Amino acid sequence: MQGWMEFWDNFIVMLPQLTEKFGVTVSIFVLTLLFSLPLGLLLAFGRMAKNGLLCLMSKIYISVMRGTPLMLQLVIVYFAPYYVFGIKITNSWRFGAVILAFVLNYAAYFAEIYRSGIASIPVGQYEAAKILGYTRGQTFGKIILPQVVKRILPPVTNEMITLVKDTSLAFVLAQVEMFTVAKQFAASQASVMPLMVAGVFYYFFNLLVASLMEYVEKKLNYYR
Amino acid sequence: MRGGMRGNMAGKVLLEIRHLKKYFDGQEILKDISLTVREGEVVSVIGPSGSGKSTLLRCAAMLEKMDAGELAYMGERAAYEAQGRCIYAPKEDLRRIGRRFGLVFQNFNLFPHYSVLKNVMDAPVTVGHLSKREARERAEQLISRFGLADKKEAYPCQLSGGQQQRVSIARALAMQPKLLFFDEPTSALDPELTGEVLKVIKELAKEKMTMIIVTHEMQFAKEISDRVIFLEKGEILAEGCVEEVFSSGQARIQDFIGKVTH
Repeated sequence: MQGWMEFWDNFIVMLPQLTEKFGVTVSIFVLTLLFSLPLGLLLAFGRMAKNGLLCLMSKIYISVMRGTPLMLQLVIVYFAPYYVFGIKITNSWRFGAVILAFVLNYAAYFAEIYRSGIASIPVGQYEAAKILGYTRGQTFGKIILPQVVKRILPPVTNEMITLVKDTSLAFVLAQVEMFTVAKQFAASQASVMPLMVAGVFYYFFNLLVASLMEYVEKKLNYYR
Repeated sequence: MRGGMRGNMAGKVLLEIRHLKKYFDGQEILKDISLTVREGEVVSVIGPSGSGKSTLLRCAAMLEKMDAGELAYMGERAAYEAQGRCIYAPKEDLRRIGRRFGLVFQNFNLFPHYSVLKNVMDAPVTVGHLSKREARERAEQLISRFGLADKKEAYPCQLSGGQQQRVSIARALAMQPKLLFFDEPTSALDPELTGEVLKVIKELAKEKMTMIIVTHEMQFAKEISDRVIFLEKGEILAEGCVEEVFSSGQARIQDFIGKVTH
């Protein structure tokens, strides 16, 4: 009974703070998606470009971003203004650096997902559109992209779920988000309970993300 | 066979191909092909697989680039030969010239995310700058004419192959082309569904729609063609009206027709 009461007291203190910083977690998630999804598409265009240099540069970029730890990329992005441009790093840059690093990293993964999606559309779709007189832009926007979106939903959902959990990496730049708070509580209470609670937060957030994406998938199920 | 052959000789020239050559990986697929198609004519291209029939059609429809020769629609040059190379007209000209023909594919290539109605009316709105109301009217007319009125809200995946091919013919006609290409329009269909598509093409022939049809359906080619072209190994082996080609003395042609029809 004693232990249970103590747990409850700690829980009551912890919950508002975790919830508050969960807002930061969600912000990182939303902003990263908002910018990395379009950037990934541009990168996929670069990767598929006929221009050899553009293609090579995109390929190298994707290879480096996927091949090195996001944690390292966070540190590099954070210190880059100082080491490259000699600009003094201020506190307000912290959150910006987190978002920029996440966007640059996730765009690389999304680029490859887009590329596989675009490559899976039969050539006949392009040919039919060409014969009917669609411009290249109209063909991509009206005929190809909607079909690509449907096909890439499952792998994109995967990346989104990974992103939810990756937000905890923001701690390397001392950006306080939910998991940072949970770790502080775990240390002060000498208990893993706060980390478990954080885990429950992540789980339910991901459940929401997955359900939402499942709903979108169903919505697009009207054709094959 | 239609009786209009002689009369059509006077028709306006819609398509003119001269000395077309096409290579794939250094192999000559089409060897010096010349072909003139006049308004109202129905021309069938027959011949064994790999003879270059589809490639010829795709070169004419500018889906493949010719390696040599000339291509003109209604007297306007889309491609010509200079210094041993084939030079195409500027993009905007090609787009305008491309509006003069349509193409029906072997495997339909309908847009799967669009309903039947949208498949037929989208290009006239997007490309032809027709108002939505006009495009819808035109599309609905075509759709009901091909017996698909009750399917206009359906999606391609809900239709049989024959129905899909009829939609794709409607889609091509909605752009009001002067000339329609068919690339083996029934090869992906079973015999039962083949009939309904051939019926539609026959109706178009009756209305003097200018058509070039690559096909393996010999009986059908016999019935609707003004002219038949027999292609083998990238060369025109015989060309003429149905009787001329089908009762040609050439052993190779007799052999092929015999194999296909029996």
